[in-house]
Amino acid sequence: MKRSLQPVFWLPFGAGGMLSALIGWMLVLVTGIAAPLGWVGWMTFPNVLAFARTGVGKLFILAVIALFLWHGAHRISHSLHDLGVRSGTGSMLFCYGLALAGAASAAVALLLVG
Amino acid sequence: MAIRRTYVRPMAGWWRRDPFFVHYMAREATAIFVVAYAVILLVGTIRLSQGEQAFGEWLEALRSPGSIAFHAFLLGVFLYHTWSWFRIMPKTMPPVVLAGRKLAPATITALGLAASAAASLALFVAFAGLAR
Repeated sequence: MKRSLQPVFWLPFGAGGMLSALIGWMLVLVTGIAAPLGWVGWMTFPNVLAFARTGVGKLFILAVIALFLWHGAHRISHSLHDLGVRSGTGSMLFCYGLALAGAASAAVALLLVG
Repeated sequence: MAIRRTYVRPMAGWWRRDPFFVHYMAREATAIFVVAYAVILLVGTIRLSQGEQAFGEWLEALRSPGSIAFHAFLLGVFLYHTWSWFRIMPKTMPPVVLAGRKLAPATITALGLAASAAASLALFVAFAGLAR
């Protein structure tokens, strides 16, 4: 039996969907509203730098960025088909390729942080 | 021979025909904003690696009224994503049988929403603890 490649696409999709469903709204609330408005004073350069220098911090930031991107890429790739864009190598390269490029950029930045 | 003009059901605007499809498309559309938020975080991570001044500029951009408004909108989209994700969960996961009865869809959705509240609260507490 030929093994299907589908799980490679939908496993990270499901993981990203679950992660964003569990904590996405809280992340948006903290990083985009509460911290910028000064309700919480956590998001400072020293704090975020210290967090990004720990293994757990790197893993957390990379997981959030990479899985959110992949989740979105997977859904957009399927919705393009629903909207009449013929799915093929081109649209897949565009969606998943950009997600991978974003994840790789995040990984490099996290390595540079030290 | 006459050209046969068979009826082809038009597909344009198909998803506006049925509320079920509208919900489907709304759920799919959240993906655009999940990506947008990931890109904002990605930019922040890159700016962090470039030093204090670069990161400060990113923080400054987040403080602009436009950014606050966009994040308020994002918050709504993410809450909708959370709700819709756990709402379709009974259909996307294998059935759970407890004491000979299938777990009710509404129970699965409620458990998912409770898990989101708990995980988000835990994250909030963790952030607060880390910042001290």
